[in-house]
Amino acid sequence: MPEGTLCNKQTVDTKEYLNALLADKSGKQYYSEMEKLDVDTDKLWKSIKSTLRSRLRTWLEICAHCGMCADACFLYLANDRDPTQVPSYKIQSTLGEIVKRKGKVNNEFMRMVMDTAWSKCTCCCRCGSFCPFGIDMGIMFGYLRGLCFSQGFVPWELKIGSGMHRVYKAQMDVTVEDWVDTCEWMAEEYEDDWPGLAIPVDKENADIMYTVNAREPKHYPEDIAEAAILFHMAGENWTVPSKGWEETSLAMFAGDWGACKMQVEEVYGAMHRLKPKRMVVTECGHAYRATVIEGPYWAGLKDGRPPVESIHYVEWVAEALRTGKIKIDPAKKIKEPVTYQDSCNYIRNAGLKNVAREIMSYIAEDFREMTPNREHNFCCGGGGGFNGMGRYREQRNVGLKVKLDQILDTGAKLVISPCHNCWDAIRDMEEVYHAGIRWSFLKPLLIKMAIPPDHLKVEE
Amino acid sequence: MYEFVTGPLAWLTFIVFFLGVVYRIVWYFRGLHWQMDRVAYNAHLKYGIKGAIRSIFLWLVPFGSVGWRSKPFMTILFFVFHIGLVVTPIFLQAHNILLRERWGFSLWTISDATADTLTILMIVAALFLVLRRIAYPEIRILTTAYDYLLLAISVAPFITGFIAAHHYSNYEFWLILHIICGEIMLVAIPFTKLSHSVLFFCSRAQLGMDFGIKRGGMKGTKFSW
Repeated sequence: MPEGTLCNKQTVDTKEYLNALLADKSGKQYYSEMEKLDVDTDKLWKSIKSTLRSRLRTWLEICAHCGMCADACFLYLANDRDPTQVPSYKIQSTLGEIVKRKGKVNNEFMRMVMDTAWSKCTCCCRCGSFCPFGIDMGIMFGYLRGLCFSQGFVPWELKIGSGMHRVYKAQMDVTVEDWVDTCEWMAEEYEDDWPGLAIPVDKENADIMYTVNAREPKHYPEDIAEAAILFHMAGENWTVPSKGWEETSLAMFAGDWGACKMQVEEVYGAMHRLKPKRMVVTECGHAYRATVIEGPYWAGLKDGRPPVESIHYVEWVAEALRTGKIKIDPAKKIKEPVTYQDSCNYIRNAGLKNVAREIMSYIAEDFREMTPNREHNFCCGGGGGFNGMGRYREQRNVGLKVKLDQILDTGAKLVISPCHNCWDAIRDMEEVYHAGIRWSFLKPLLIKMAIPPDHLKVEE
Repeated sequence: MYEFVTGPLAWLTFIVFFLGVVYRIVWYFRGLHWQMDRVAYNAHLKYGIKGAIRSIFLWLVPFGSVGWRSKPFMTILFFVFHIGLVVTPIFLQAHNILLRERWGFSLWTISDATADTLTILMIVAALFLVLRRIAYPEIRILTTAYDYLLLAISVAPFITGFIAAHHYSNYEFWLILHIICGEIMLVAIPFTKLSHSVLFFCSRAQLGMDFGIKRGGMKGTKFSW
């Protein structure tokens, strides 16, 4: 059987196909079809020839096999220094081998490549900063995921995820109506506590266009309410777009570059339509990476920047605290030891390390850095899609240990984690390892600590 | 024989080496693509150049980068090996005498004692690099016969040169062997992994540009290499 009905080389562009995939519980049929899926070796080699350019070819070729990348990888450390977890080995034995064999690889090999690309690398890119040649294996694994996707070798959840982006322009089945309704509902729900609270939809020329992660309207609508409260408190002129509100990109984790482009163009379309001065992205790492850092390239914007200046939520928070738009009640600052989870996607791979420290200086009395930290911080253990794939649950849980140790070593029990993926990973590590830690986004903490302006104070 | 290996063969070696290396560099930079690499090289050249210089410089200085500092033993081996490899042949008195005889110019030179020290240290470092490959499982799994071959190609001119310079045995034999080994090394550079002698700079520059432009440089934060 060359192509399965669920597992094949097609992209998921219809609701029917998407629903069929969703109905296949845990991807049982999907993965069994994968075992018979043909590899289109000609297409694979053709694609490599046209996309594997000097940067990647050189990285593959000149690797001196020095092993300096080994300790850089949290999965290598978490798996008791298993040599097969050395980043260089992982990429040489997969992408390197495919190139060596000029694309002539079989089904079994491709399944091994898939398992390596999604369960042995989270594309955190930490190894790249420890290689004397600057060989960034996270980038190479991103490229490899694209090759796997084009051949149909992609984990079930991510095939669905990229399909969601294609069908709903969001990582989950949240329609424009669902989204707008959720915004209205949240505004109504909280306006008694916060007089004048509104979530303006499609307001043109606002100072801020706010965009979110589909999980928020789907599972955590309070997060949207909290964002609204903080913008309201800060007196911001802001809006959300009815279309193009979704920042995330499971398509990026899946290596579905076509869907990546579709998704960011939806957001950029909203920018063109509403002409905001700036865009603010919610507390999500990969969403920011996808739409602000990588997105312009998918969309073909030559200066590498989104159509309007786009900042991460932590940048907005730092600015609001710095300029006094939001004032912190000194008595309500966090007194207990607290640490901060540096998200790979916006710290190492986007340079926001100082912003995070600035926020902590305003809100915490006993801020403890993890070791290592900033751009050298370890992945939470759940990045790159790792949190969401049933097939690799065990490997993910093992991978969490490095971050857990890092957290416990600080002596803090509270972790601030302005990233959905890190937040999930830390929640799961507590569930698995029962270490007694707590975790939080910034928004709920800020609302508790902020001094509301007089006109927003509600009579008790 | 001496005339041949230091005459036509040397010329051929230099030409192949030089053209090969230039080809490698040109091929590398021509192959960079703003959209495929997802780095807006041309749009933000200034940030790119700054990032590139930083990334090259900090990795050229012993213990200059976080990476080097995290592996002190490897760092010492690495620098002892490479300093010996690069400094000794270029500034050796004997080589510069030859240079003056043939081409009418020479560079400043190091004493023979310094050259001997550098050579011995370099050979010892190479030995440890081999031991490292055997001893550590995380390096053993990466190592292939090709890695040892390249190490042999790199060390051979130094061993033969040392023996020749000290006249331990048949001088002419060792001298000619030394010259041939040196020529093999030079010719191997463009065709093998030894091309890293120039591609190191290219690759580091690229990642430096990546971080200097896209991954933080334009946000005003420097990547702490």
